Amino acid sequence: MNWFTKTFSSTIGRKIIMSVTGLFLCSFLVVHLVGNLTLFYQDGGEAFNIYSHFMANNPVIRTMEIVLVLGFLFHIYDALVLTRRNKAARPVGYAENHPQENSTWSSRNMGLLGTIILVFLLVHLWNFFVPARFGELEGVPNAEYTNLYAEVVKAFKNPIYVGLYVISMIALAYHLIHGFQSAFQSLGLTHKKYTPFIKTFGVAFSVLISLGFALIPLYFFFFVNL
Amino acid sequence: MAGSNPNAKPMDLTLKIWRQKDKNSAGQLVTYPLNGISPDMSFLEMLDVLNEELLVKGEEPVAFDHDCREGICGMCSLFINGRAHGPERGTTTCQLHMRHFNHGDTITIEPWRAAAFPVHKDLIVDRSAFDRIQQAGGYVSVNTGGVPDANEIPIPKTIADKAFDAATCIGCGACVAACKNASAMLFVSAKVSQLAMLPQGKVEAKTRVENMVAQMDVEGFGACSNTGACAAECPVGISLDNIAMMNREYLGAKASSENV
Repeated sequence: MNWFTKTFSSTIGRKIIMSVTGLFLCSFLVVHLVGNLTLFYQDGGEAFNIYSHFMANNPVIRTMEIVLVLGFLFHIYDALVLTRRNKAARPVGYAENHPQENSTWSSRNMGLLGTIILVFLLVHLWNFFVPARFGELEGVPNAEYTNLYAEVVKAFKNPIYVGLYVISMIALAYHLIHGFQSAFQSLGLTHKKYTPFIKTFGVAFSVLISLGFALIPLYFFFFVNL
Repeated sequence: MAGSNPNAKPMDLTLKIWRQKDKNSAGQLVTYPLNGISPDMSFLEMLDVLNEELLVKGEEPVAFDHDCREGICGMCSLFINGRAHGPERGTTTCQLHMRHFNHGDTITIEPWRAAAFPVHKDLIVDRSAFDRIQQAGGYVSVNTGGVPDANEIPIPKTIADKAFDAATCIGCGACVAACKNASAMLFVSAKVSQLAMLPQGKVEAKTRVENMVAQMDVEGFGACSNTGACAAECPVGISLDNIAMMNREYLGAKASSENV
């Protein structure tokens, strides 16, 4: 191995990859949520359909989509490698252990929370991304875009989907509450002046982003009629 | 005095202790009743009493690590009731007193658990992995000439204090024991930062952090999940800031050192 691969396959190197990809995925969440807020327009889905048409066809977005997929893959792959290593580092566990006395639940269960988010992601892609991209959607009369909005309305009338979405967003909130500030620590970006702000901002960010996403299925389930 | 505080009465305890003949044998928790323990005893003195009783009965005493019994050598260990060095914060096992337990308590005592800390016997684990990490770079190479004048090299008080705080690490391994990943990041980071902050240590800083982290990985310790369990259980209060500093040092060294 050369110095570069050696660096990024060390425990610290892998944590640096986790941090960088994690923060990148946070930026994706912001873009995705801002776009989704068009669903709250009372225009029969016109703004949302125009937005989703733009996202599916703009060359810059399509390029970033590849980077995004790579971000997910690196984040997930490194998580698996690190988890395996961490399990192997303690082959015999304690008969009695009280980790709640020294650490938060979310910090100890990032893998579990991440797995819930991954399952959600796959279901979510299957619900919206696959039909939108690989075209089985109806068109909108007199418009050049298809009606993804109708898919959203349909999916969010299903109580199982709504439940899955809300539970997954709770998992996302806890994943981010630990992950956001943890990323800065792994990158060595700590400072007496800025770390308290990063921690507070991280909690607010995690709650607001997850709440924003969770409100969409709830809004459609309870307030939008077909 | 005695009698006014109900806790001052002698205590009867049930101990569940990990017994393991040697490295290659399977171990198990064995239950021992132990009566008449003074609340003023240290935890290790309580174990001494148990061992006296076991000797009288002709049984093998419980092997455990200890040395100074003043909280400064880092030799004592023990995972007590699910916590490294027991339930009190900022305390080594030798400085943990029986007054923190109650009459009738059952106390579970286990060795540190980590692949890199194999159990030698009973409660004694082999912590030589820490020594090998230190040998990989936890030192300053100096040609000792004449004695320099005091304060010849100016070091700001704040930096000196931080370096000293890192240097208080006694290498007991509680950080590894408490970490869900059995990670040695807090130990290694304390050893890296205490030298990286000072001018004498800066000379070899890049090679040091590269070699010590490489050795840490070779020993089979886990990675850091930033749970903070290590710092919470550390008997001398080593800060997580050291881990951030080591990550910074490591990334900087890997990017700029000439070790390819």
